[in-house]
Amino acid sequence: MSTFDNPFDPNRRLRAGGCSCGQHVSEAEHEQAALALRCEPAASEEKRYEGVVASAVMRAMFPKDVARRAFLKSVGASTALAAISQFFPLQTATELFAQGGAPEKKDLKVGFIPITCATPIIMAHPLGFYSKHGLNVEVVKTAGWAVIRDKTINKEYDAAHMLAPMPLAISLGLGANPIPFTVPAIENINGQGITLAMKHKDKRDPKDWKGMKLAIPFDYSMHNYLLRYYLAEHGIDPDTDVQLRSVPPPEMVANLRADNIDGFLAPDNICQRAIYDGVGFMHILSKEIWDGHPCCSFAASREFITSSPNSFAALTRAIVDATAYASKAENRKQIAEAIAPANYINAPVTVLEQVLTGTYADGLGGVKTDAKRVDFDPFPWQSFAVWMLTQMKRWGQIKGDVDYKAVAEQVYLATDTKKVMAEMGLTPPATAYKSFSVMGKTFDPAKPEDYLASFKIRKAS
Amino acid sequence: MTFSLRFRAAVVSIALLAAFLGIWHLATRSTGTTTTMSPEYAKLMGLTATQGKSAMPGPLDVGAKLWEHLRQPFYDKGPNDKGLGIQLGYSIGRVGLGYLLAVIVAIPLGFLIGMSPLISKALDPFIQVLKPISPLAWMPLALYTIKDSSISAIFVIFICSVWPMLLNTAFGVAAVRKEWINVARTLEVGTIRRAFTVILPAAAPTILTGMRISIGIAWLVIVAAEMLVGGTGIGYFVWNEWNNLSITNVIIAILLIGVVGMLLDQILARFTRMVTFPE
Repeated sequence: MSTFDNPFDPNRRLRAGGCSCGQHVSEAEHEQAALALRCEPAASEEKRYEGVVASAVMRAMFPKDVARRAFLKSVGASTALAAISQFFPLQTATELFAQGGAPEKKDLKVGFIPITCATPIIMAHPLGFYSKHGLNVEVVKTAGWAVIRDKTINKEYDAAHMLAPMPLAISLGLGANPIPFTVPAIENINGQGITLAMKHKDKRDPKDWKGMKLAIPFDYSMHNYLLRYYLAEHGIDPDTDVQLRSVPPPEMVANLRADNIDGFLAPDNICQRAIYDGVGFMHILSKEIWDGHPCCSFAASREFITSSPNSFAALTRAIVDATAYASKAENRKQIAEAIAPANYINAPVTVLEQVLTGTYADGLGGVKTDAKRVDFDPFPWQSFAVWMLTQMKRWGQIKGDVDYKAVAEQVYLATDTKKVMAEMGLTPPATAYKSFSVMGKTFDPAKPEDYLASFKIRKAS
Repeated sequence: MTFSLRFRAAVVSIALLAAFLGIWHLATRSTGTTTTMSPEYAKLMGLTATQGKSAMPGPLDVGAKLWEHLRQPFYDKGPNDKGLGIQLGYSIGRVGLGYLLAVIVAIPLGFLIGMSPLISKALDPFIQVLKPISPLAWMPLALYTIKDSSISAIFVIFICSVWPMLLNTAFGVAAVRKEWINVARTLEVGTIRRAFTVILPAAAPTILTGMRISIGIAWLVIVAAEMLVGGTGIGYFVWNEWNNLSITNVIIAILLIGVVGMLLDQILARFTRMVTFPE
């Protein structure tokens, strides 16, 4: 389900299930809609906010799909809207959501890593989404994930672009002091790929990859978990059969050229850069491992939320707004141009355009098209967090018992809805859990331990 | 007809440079062999892939880009894109500050160590352990404890440039000829006055040599520190262009780092000459 589609569509699903992306009623419908866009934003921003608020109300009133659908079908969408408006001031709530209070702090610093995953954070600057919400945001390019973590913890940054598992790791005190962090929005979904050196162009079966040296950007990253998952599903133990190295993205391309690594799982612009320079080819896109997987997140410390709730709300709104804009295919070309200059990603426009529009050279002489190569949907599903925690435990990053649900709910906030809605006296959405499947295996967020136990290859703890 | 040594050396230097540039140019020429690609595919690929262009830029590419940078060295297009002049300015500012702090600490302390054999022996193990630590090893610790990246960078410059100055000052002070000190004693010169009028002038050349080594180290450190911390400075510029895999800009930055390092060294060398005395 997307945050941006029509809440009064009786066929719209509020809960998980159906297809692999959770968006469609059935897998068939998902296939059919594969070329259309998922997060179709409404025509105007008022409409969009109306949609967000109205769907929250609908979710609160009819937590059960069946009941909601029966209701909508029997009375019709417009009558339903009128009925709800009668006892709930949708208009006022929408206005409140859109405006919020005056920000306590207008000048904010947001850190980012120069990769296409940071698109909403970056483009919100040149395209004016921050200023629209009354903020004066400086987006600061940062040298690496560990530095972005330290600078955000040190309060040099008010909020930052982080890998989706990083706020979980920081909150749990993995590789850092335990400091409560939150994710109000997911930056991007999909948008990664496995790129291999040209010399491996005939070794397309991962079973042949024993002894390879593969690079990932950071230990607490979806890249790490997805690559490990992918290898393990093909019977390769990522801890013993291959060498996984933490390598900063620009060095991945250089190392691939120098024949120092055999491949990497990295953000798409890095993959595409390797192809652009003729040193590698695209083995698979990460969406072929898990379609709709989260990648990077927009993160802030809990302290920032409590000390400047209005600034935080405005920031979240700006990001959600930018994400909705980025999700539209027709805007992608303009975005690529806006974020390519040295001040932002500092990369050739051709490379970014191929990533964002999804029409790309695969490095083997073919041109492929996949409009969903990278996509944007900000809702921070707590079940995503649970999945990441299972993988952290699977690979020995966390030991002992984990209260999956508690951690997920503490860190992954649907803050744009939850926090702002609480201010308006609303009941936040009943659930932020959806089921999904990774390489054909369904994940039930209610049974993380069973899921974990089902893997043959895992680190003995 | 004979030319001066200076003139002949200049001719050899220029010949070496020309040979170097010539070989560089030939080695990085594009082969021009376009592999068979559909035009649609070729449009999505870079020059290295389509025209067999070397990943290393040639001297002409670097020259053209350098000219572009030098034409507008002080532009400012937001927090992450500033002209080379501004970036160098930030780096020199940081080096200046860290170095100044090191001077303030190292010279008095070095004086003390040089004048007192007891303190010299007592502090020696600490200095020997701290001296060889790389700037990059200090950086995470500094970031973690100081909690401010720009102060961390200055701290790292301070901690790395303090040791050569300290050791040289201590050595210079300890090595002042005993006769001079004894003469001063005979003339009943007080300790403070002796330190300023006898020891300081005598040790000055050694102290300045230490300062000269330190400024070199400080300049080495700033590039590494800024690459790690990011934000501003020439080290950040290198990192940013490395991100872009623009070897041309990285080469330009290396060239400028070298030139600025040389200038800093020459300034200290001039000061050293000013205080050197014939014995």
